[in-house]
Amino acid sequence: MSNVEREGLVESGADRWEMAPRGGMRVPVVIFASRALLEGMDERVFEQARNVATLPGIVKASHAMPDAHWGYGFPIGGVAAFDPEQGGVVSAGGVGFDISCGVRTLLTGLPREELEPYKERLADALADNIPAGLGSKGLIRLNDREMTAMLRGGARWAVERGYGEEADLERTEERGCMAGAEPEQVSARARERQRQEMGTLGSGNHYLEVQEVAEVYDEAVARTYGVARGDIVVSIHCGSRGLGHQIGTEFLRRMVVEAPRHGIRLPDRELACAPLDSTLGRAYLGAMRTGINCALANRQIITQLVREVFARLFPGHPLPLLYDVSHNTCKEEWHQVEGGRRRLFVHRKGATRAFGPGHPELPEALRGVGQPVLIGGSMGTGSYILCGTAQSEALAFSSACHGAGRAMSRRAATRRWHGRQVVDELAARGILVRSPSLRGVAEEAPGAYKEVSEVVESAHRAGLARKVARLVPLICVKG
Amino acid sequence: MSSLARWEHFQHQADIGVRGMGATPEEAFEMTALALTGVVTDPALVEPREAVKLACDAPDLELLLVDWLNALIYEMSTRSLLFGRYAVTIEGERLEGTAWGEPVDRQKHKPAVEVKGATYTELKVARENGLWIAQCVVDV
Repeated sequence: MSNVEREGLVESGADRWEMAPRGGMRVPVVIFASRALLEGMDERVFEQARNVATLPGIVKASHAMPDAHWGYGFPIGGVAAFDPEQGGVVSAGGVGFDISCGVRTLLTGLPREELEPYKERLADALADNIPAGLGSKGLIRLNDREMTAMLRGGARWAVERGYGEEADLERTEERGCMAGAEPEQVSARARERQRQEMGTLGSGNHYLEVQEVAEVYDEAVARTYGVARGDIVVSIHCGSRGLGHQIGTEFLRRMVVEAPRHGIRLPDRELACAPLDSTLGRAYLGAMRTGINCALANRQIITQLVREVFARLFPGHPLPLLYDVSHNTCKEEWHQVEGGRRRLFVHRKGATRAFGPGHPELPEALRGVGQPVLIGGSMGTGSYILCGTAQSEALAFSSACHGAGRAMSRRAATRRWHGRQVVDELAARGILVRSPSLRGVAEEAPGAYKEVSEVVESAHRAGLARKVARLVPLICVKG
Repeated sequence: MSSLARWEHFQHQADIGVRGMGATPEEAFEMTALALTGVVTDPALVEPREAVKLACDAPDLELLLVDWLNALIYEMSTRSLLFGRYAVTIEGERLEGTAWGEPVDRQKHKPAVEVKGATYTELKVARENGLWIAQCVVDV
């Protein structure tokens, strides 16, 4: 039976499907996707979206983005907002282990022809300069006092220590520093896990790419963003490293154990949550926000490492930051709901915030057009720059998709491809891959991912965000 | 080690499932830990040159499995170690374990991916047809 029939989904707009509440659901499920993407989703996506709809204090709907896939508790690509006045909850599973994992894009102003003769050298220099993969160590060691300052200050802390420019901060969500971070809620073990990991890329689907702007769909917005066809940009995809993983691990467990005490019945333990106004809920928010700052600081340090490499090979190109987005977060935001403005806690698990034109959070230079929404693809297929829309607020609390999503498990990928073969095939297409792990490359083979363009087209049609430009990789540094 | 002891991986769309089997819960937990190593590298490549002792407490066997794997993930991460052999004892709510391994060597182990944490997804510790099974999905 098709997903549409089995789940009783009703088409309720462009690439928008709705499932009426049933069982313990407090609100409907709303999925943004083309029919083809919807039918391609694992049935557990629908189960997980329904489970989210049962959580206390959920507002309006349990949303899923076009790239939704089977996650932990929440679907990856899930968006859900909770009202603290209505018994709303915060869920550690709804944020995930890699707190504030995200993407930032730097503009080089270099045309492809200028890069081409230096491509091999640039690939090697980036791979040498940016610690990546398991067993790599960051160049910065933080003592306890500095760690606390970093957890409170985020990218602002990094800039004050000489990693990057003041101008980078206004091109970062939260102006580079998440308010409400409480380092005292972070365990000694979480700090210990971060000690050697500042300024490291990590592994798995994390990467650093040098990309060419292959296509521009909206010239006016692209001009405002400083993006032109044939230009080279650099994108960084990584998160809060060991600190975020340990915070996620510890609070998930505490929420699982404490849930019955708060009268919360969990349809799935991974959905573990706590009331926003409980001691545990507040403690998690304080800790999770340090994870956001850690991720912002991490991407800021890596930015500096990239700039150092470019300064050697291409002097005179400062690599300004286009924007930095996070796609695993819970943020306190004001939203328009049923005629009134309400303070909500919006979980975006594998979903990008996408503020439309005029939003006060946006820097002045971008406010007229809307927020850059940076969508990562796979090593071979490319990435997209989108733009926040005015209607996204009403559709899904100003949220959009975050990436391609896997189409195949890691195991299936390693059975199908060898790392060396993937590297050679990509090299033949002009894409240089640098990775310490060939098995890691095989697990991340382009064919193991869904076609990112289908996801982006669907987000565009639904009005979640609008296409601005498509990027294709030239160099990919993987962990 | 009993003749029932073995480990395997199972499918999850974005990540990977680890499953251990054995004659007792202890043996199944040891095998699940080997499956965890198997996410990163071939466990046979890891020499047991140093031992790390750990302990955890949890109200049921399923939470205990997640705690055990997360304790190992923490040791792997903070000490930059890989483990190739495990020994577990469980008494009531308490697990005591030893993991033998060596520092990560990129040339020798060719680590594929780092594990972020063990999850409650597909979590199961149960006896089925005389065989203990201990499994969950790990986030990579």
